[in-house]
Amino acid sequence: MRVITGVGVGRGAVLGPVARAHPVPHVPAGAPAHSDPEVAAAHLAATFDAVADSLQERAEAAQGTLRDVLHATSLMAKDPAFASQSTAKVRAGTDPALAVWEVAGQFIDMFTAAGGYLAERATDLASVRDRVVARLQGLPEPGVPALWRPSVVVAEDLSPADTAVLDLSLVLGIVIEKGGPTSHTAIIAGQLGLPCVVRAGDAASLRDGDEVAVDAARGTVTVDPDDVARAAVRRRCQSLATLAEDTAAGATSDGHAVQLLANIGTADDAERLTDLAVQGVGLFRTEVLFLDASTAPTEDDQAAVYARALTALGDRKVVIRTLDAGADKPLSFVTQPGEENPALGVRGYRLIRTAPGLMDAQLAAIARAARQTGEHPWVMAPMIATVDEAAEFASRARAAGIGTVGVMVEVPAVALRAREVLAEVDFVSVGTNDLAQYTMATDRLRGELADLLDIWQPAVLDLVAATAAAGLDLGKPVGVCGESAGDPVMALALTGMGITSLSMSPASVPGVRFALRLHTLDQCRQIAAAARAAGSAARARAAALALVDPQARELLALD
Amino acid sequence: MAERTVVVASRVGLHARPAMLFTQVVAAGGGAVTIARPGQEPVDASSILLVMSMGVKNGAEVVLAGEDTALLDRLVEMLETDLDAE
Repeated sequence: MRVITGVGVGRGAVLGPVARAHPVPHVPAGAPAHSDPEVAAAHLAATFDAVADSLQERAEAAQGTLRDVLHATSLMAKDPAFASQSTAKVRAGTDPALAVWEVAGQFIDMFTAAGGYLAERATDLASVRDRVVARLQGLPEPGVPALWRPSVVVAEDLSPADTAVLDLSLVLGIVIEKGGPTSHTAIIAGQLGLPCVVRAGDAASLRDGDEVAVDAARGTVTVDPDDVARAAVRRRCQSLATLAEDTAAGATSDGHAVQLLANIGTADDAERLTDLAVQGVGLFRTEVLFLDASTAPTEDDQAAVYARALTALGDRKVVIRTLDAGADKPLSFVTQPGEENPALGVRGYRLIRTAPGLMDAQLAAIARAARQTGEHPWVMAPMIATVDEAAEFASRARAAGIGTVGVMVEVPAVALRAREVLAEVDFVSVGTNDLAQYTMATDRLRGELADLLDIWQPAVLDLVAATAAAGLDLGKPVGVCGESAGDPVMALALTGMGITSLSMSPASVPGVRFALRLHTLDQCRQIAAAARAAGSAARARAAALALVDPQARELLALD
Repeated sequence: MAERTVVVASRVGLHARPAMLFTQVVAAGGGAVTIARPGQEPVDASSILLVMSMGVKNGAEVVLAGEDTALLDRLVEMLETDLDAE
């Protein structure tokens, strides 16, 4: 039995066999030429055919957009120019893998330089190149293999494309060697309620079929777990399942209400929230609608999606966030090319400076969906930095016919001016990941800086507390919709500061509900005060944890 | 060798889905067909990579050349319709 440690995402635990994603192959620059170029060229041509056939098989087994993407990719593997230029190089004496690498590189450079549609195709072409090279080297094709039994997927990292092809009905959990807790894979895993461990460097040693116990609450992966470790995982699965059956409204033991809401990205997610354990949606990220598109979705298309989500959630609260593109979520038809610091550039609400029509169409679509369904969604804008921006957004949203308007608190400037901002809008919602990024001057995508991004950093806690205090003074709701709301200890501290709603991945709700119910509002205030009195992130969490009820610590594995 | 000049009607030009449909018809037709921008070197019209690399936008003129005139006419008809329409 061997234990690999990393950073856990979620509270779940699971036992299962490893399915290893294979890495992208590397081509040695000085590879020797084949002794018989004609034989090598024939072998290369056959390899292209084999890759095309395997992609075509996968396309036929897939559906929707994925099917089209795989089909187009298989055509690239069959492409006469790609094959003939590569084999010509081999006949002239180049190593086959190197020949494929060079020819693909020319097209990839050309596509990338052209941008837009073609830049997206560069990724498909790179995937063909990697598959051909892997086969030439006698290695398995890169990416996640087709799963044939419930498995724990282990990878160096997973791209959005890798995640898209996963058969989720067979994924028990995810372990990745790189990435951080706010990386794409971690967020997806959290949304789906899959136990996930990221930054598990030693997971590189795991092989297909190894039996592992993944404990997301502790951030551990145990290889060949013994009976005691197996029993511990089973026990926690059972207690989490029991907690998940509780559907009472979120509240402290003395009856102070705290709404427990879910973060979602699509109308499908809304339709999955069938149980009543979640009181509504605190963050409906709408960028998913836009990110896959090559042109802006129309008002009609958008209204239909919003109406589906509103219908699925009925009377429950829904907070829709307007388009948050830019930075790590570029948009082919609007993102500014060549921004050197996109996280500090034209992103979120700032897109109104370059593409005002996008915002107006979205607000009109939301208002139309509200009228059609008879529901009353709340709407908020991301990446607001000034009181004037908040006021301008509120007037646009109200002019479009939206009743309840708010803004995100992600920029420290807004937290510092929370009173003035709240005077202009009906509510605010704190996005803790971005607030930590901008407060600590730390890129969210840099896994090695994860300690700086910690929401327990004293400066970040101060800004959240200042925002909550402004809400209490003005009698307006202040929510938190970052992943940190799903940490039961943080949820208690946030409640103590005066936060009125907590929005998280749906899988985190039962643990937070259970923790809240074991504490009074006054105990939550003491937890918040203890955390804020500490001088570092680690000491702040430790001080808060020391005041948490032992039953919650035990059952939720909070140590 | 027959030639046809045609204006590409596809809204997104000869990229992605339109390029895929176009090269598939060329390949299925079995005939050797080349495609070129006026005044430029013709390329193999059955290669999706070469066709996409031309960067043909909506409203641009292209010249098709080949022996199979029926196939050429069919391709002209394709390019004159909006191939991106679902």
